[in-house]
Amino acid sequence: MIEFKKIWYYLTRYIDSFLLVGILALMSVGLIVLYSATGANMGRVGNQMINMLVALVIMWLVANIPLQQIMRLALPMYILGFALLIGVALFGEINNGARRWLNIGVTRIQPSELMKIAIPLMMAWYFDKHEITLRLRDYIGATLLLMLPVLLILRQPDLGTALLITASGFYVLFLAGLSWRIIAGLVIAAAGSLPILWSIMHDYQRRRIMTLFDPSQDPLGAGYHTIQSSIAIGSGGIVGKGWQNGTQTQLDFLPEQSTDFIFAVFSEEFGLIGNTILLLLYLIVIGRCMVITANASTQFTRLIAGSITLTFFTYIFVNMGMVSGILPVVGVPLPLISYGGTSMVTMLLGFGILMSIQTHPKLVKT
Amino acid sequence: MKHNVELRNHSIELHKFRIRLALSAGFVLTLFLILYARFYYLQVTQQEHYHTLAEANRISISPLVPNRGLIYDRNGRILAQNYSAYTLEIVPSKFPDLESTLDELATIIEITPTDRQRFKKLMKESKRFKSLPIRSRLTDVEIASFAANRYRFPGIEIKARVLRQYPEKEIVSHMIGYISRINDKDLEQLELNGELNNYRGSHHIGKIGIEQSYEKQLHGVTGFEEVETDAMGRSVRVLSRTPPTPGNNLILSLDLELQEVAEKAFGDYRGALVALDPNNGEVLAFISKPGYDNNLFIGGIDQESWNLLNNSIDRPLNNRALRGVYPPGSTFKPFMALAALELGKRTPEYNMSDPGYFALPGVERRYRDWKVGGHGRVNLHKSLVVSCDTYYYSLANDLGIDNIHNFISQFGLGRKTGIDMEGEVSGLLPSSAWKMRQYNQKWYAGDTISVAIGQGYNLTTPLQLAFATMIIANNGKAYLPRLVKQIQNSQTGDVEDIPAKLLYSLNLKPKHLEIVKSALVDVTRPGGTAARVGANAAYTFAGKTGTSQVISIKQGERYNEKSINERHRDHAMFIAYAPAEDPKIALAVLVENSGTGGSTAAPIARQVFDYFLLGKLPEATVAQFTGPVEEHIHEHL
Repeated sequence: MIEFKKIWYYLTRYIDSFLLVGILALMSVGLIVLYSATGANMGRVGNQMINMLVALVIMWLVANIPLQQIMRLALPMYILGFALLIGVALFGEINNGARRWLNIGVTRIQPSELMKIAIPLMMAWYFDKHEITLRLRDYIGATLLLMLPVLLILRQPDLGTALLITASGFYVLFLAGLSWRIIAGLVIAAAGSLPILWSIMHDYQRRRIMTLFDPSQDPLGAGYHTIQSSIAIGSGGIVGKGWQNGTQTQLDFLPEQSTDFIFAVFSEEFGLIGNTILLLLYLIVIGRCMVITANASTQFTRLIAGSITLTFFTYIFVNMGMVSGILPVVGVPLPLISYGGTSMVTMLLGFGILMSIQTHPKLVKT
Repeated sequence: MKHNVELRNHSIELHKFRIRLALSAGFVLTLFLILYARFYYLQVTQQEHYHTLAEANRISISPLVPNRGLIYDRNGRILAQNYSAYTLEIVPSKFPDLESTLDELATIIEITPTDRQRFKKLMKESKRFKSLPIRSRLTDVEIASFAANRYRFPGIEIKARVLRQYPEKEIVSHMIGYISRINDKDLEQLELNGELNNYRGSHHIGKIGIEQSYEKQLHGVTGFEEVETDAMGRSVRVLSRTPPTPGNNLILSLDLELQEVAEKAFGDYRGALVALDPNNGEVLAFISKPGYDNNLFIGGIDQESWNLLNNSIDRPLNNRALRGVYPPGSTFKPFMALAALELGKRTPEYNMSDPGYFALPGVERRYRDWKVGGHGRVNLHKSLVVSCDTYYYSLANDLGIDNIHNFISQFGLGRKTGIDMEGEVSGLLPSSAWKMRQYNQKWYAGDTISVAIGQGYNLTTPLQLAFATMIIANNGKAYLPRLVKQIQNSQTGDVEDIPAKLLYSLNLKPKHLEIVKSALVDVTRPGGTAARVGANAAYTFAGKTGTSQVISIKQGERYNEKSINERHRDHAMFIAYAPAEDPKIALAVLVENSGTGGSTAAPIARQVFDYFLLGKLPEATVAQFTGPVEEHIHEHL
């Protein structure tokens, strides 16, 4: 009994139970939907459970690491990630017209995934280092730390990831106190650069944006995803068609239904009521993360926690936005619910950091 | 001091951070609200719209084709039936190089050159994405060997089909007609009639004959199956099923055995025969010879067989009974005789001397009787019995064409009878108004003379002649000729009689009818033109012979059967009914290029009557008969 208590203590010592319960609730929803989306394929569901377990273990490990040590990893991780991105640009494997993967002998990796966490870490570390003398040039420096890898990712091309990383970096800049005037300037500059961006975009990216405005333009091509997912969500109605009864899902009209478009499956089968509950669950998790962020004691922890929280939200918004047809289709999974190991690990790694921030003794910088 | 400043800095920083975090929280909530608004729009406001789209996605309606109604004769003998068979079907659009695919296919399943020809013809007539049969009636062995090689032929499938079959083929082909594959023209017509929905899934439609005219009864009502399909179009399960209503069975008034007897009686001759029941207008036999194998048309006929039928000098595809028009010849005389009596132009007692010709007053030209030297003194009775031409020349001149036209058209000559089969032609019973309309020419007295003996402009169909004969036989009742006697609900088995339809009754004086009818009986007795045919008949047999000319002979030339090309010889005609006192059957026979009515047409009638009235089967198939030969002068027209 004493042994068990001891084990339990060590297991839960650095775990934020509030956040964990929220995460587990969302994961459960994910498994239930996945079961339906895969046509009752227990094999896929089992795989996802393994993904979740691995991610939970990683989260536990990260939560147990004190923040000072994580901070020390920021620079090496960033440099490694940056080097790998250059490697991709030079030796990457081309797949579907995009160069995203790098074969490092034992396995193939996608360095942009690593950068999703490495860039905010690096920027938070950078701001923490320059905390006392925060000036414009520090923001410019941080922006360069963000934009250089983002440009490489854009070149792959991987618009979705590039935008998400840009967002996570921007959150760091914003929370670090970037002046409103500069933010306004950036918005104007961004609007001004849209035509330039358009001209350097790849055809498939342009098509995706075009079909956002009018999916019926290309109903069997680029518009197919949006049309079918809108039909799935809309036909779900208020109460939904019931678990495993979504016709769009079960009859395979819905594309990528276990990964990026899993939300349409959920929406079709559980309706507006299900959507309400899901959004509330996400809000609870985001709320808890915000509380952790607000209570964080150092510049570094505050910025990294804030960035992770808002990036998590961004994933949710972008995914649901594209599935419900108000955003272009970019390859963004629904956090904690979409099938796939990589995004699960990335997400829980972030939550591990948040838990570490919350549960390790707070150091007030003097 | 410095420490203090830093502390204050720190708290300001923290404060600033928390404001920004609060703003972020507001940002999060705002965007979630936008998402929520979008969900509300999709799932509440537009729910119905998307629900409809989802249903349209998943549900496909597949038609269930009803079984076509069967066709029986009056005694329940089958004339058109269905059978299930496996067909090998190809969607041509899936094969850019069809020829080599067929070659490859031929290594597994026998595909004859005829099959290929037939398929090519089908392809021309059908849309490219339609599934077309390359072979039907696959044997078990063929099905097995194709199934084993199926992977080599994606897009070629074995399908279970219900096919039509006509077991009696040529014998009833012109009556039954056939069904064949629905072509673009049929589709247009169906759409026009608003029947397209009922033909979704149907491959065949009645094209001619009873199959065409009773298409509505025979086809039935198509059922539907709501099938859930996945994104690949594969059916997953059946959601609901409205079973098809099979077509109704038709029971014809036709007596198949009688038809067979009549058909045999023609031997190798071409011609037509229509036999009606004078008591109700039912068609007892309906022959157009030669017939054709109507089974050839069901799956689409191959070019070679088509050419053979279509280009044949015997014109087997021509429905002579319904659509063949011939001058009625002397079979026209009984109607002329009735006109004379009814209109008061002749009395029965009136007699004239027949010098062997007739001449209009003040005209040199002579209209000659078929008998050189004439028939001596001739009254109305004798004029029919010996078929005296001169009597009718003079009568016609007294009647005038418009009286002839108005009186005789009451017997249905030159008009469609309205039989329950499409494609009937009206023929022609001339009048002065018609000639003016047609040729913008005045009617000449000379024109009337040829009309008197059923030549000239006169054109009638064998069906019309049978109809007219029926009206004489039943003393003036014009019953609508009907091929279908009863309609049977194929599900309940209930039989509904189609009642006889009396179109109109002619108010003819019984005395006049009696005079004409007794003359017609004497035609088949010694001294009459059909005396041999009536010999030893166990019933009283009334008839009238006729000869229908094919080519005109110049004034003064004589017609010589032997010296004339067989195809230019005269057609033999015969109208008859029996028993004369209470007619059970009335008919018209036409035998093409066979000479005179008494010698070839009348014996056919005798065999038909013997069988129908006595149940006696004929001993010899073709009657060899030589009776008094009726001849006539061919007028230059």
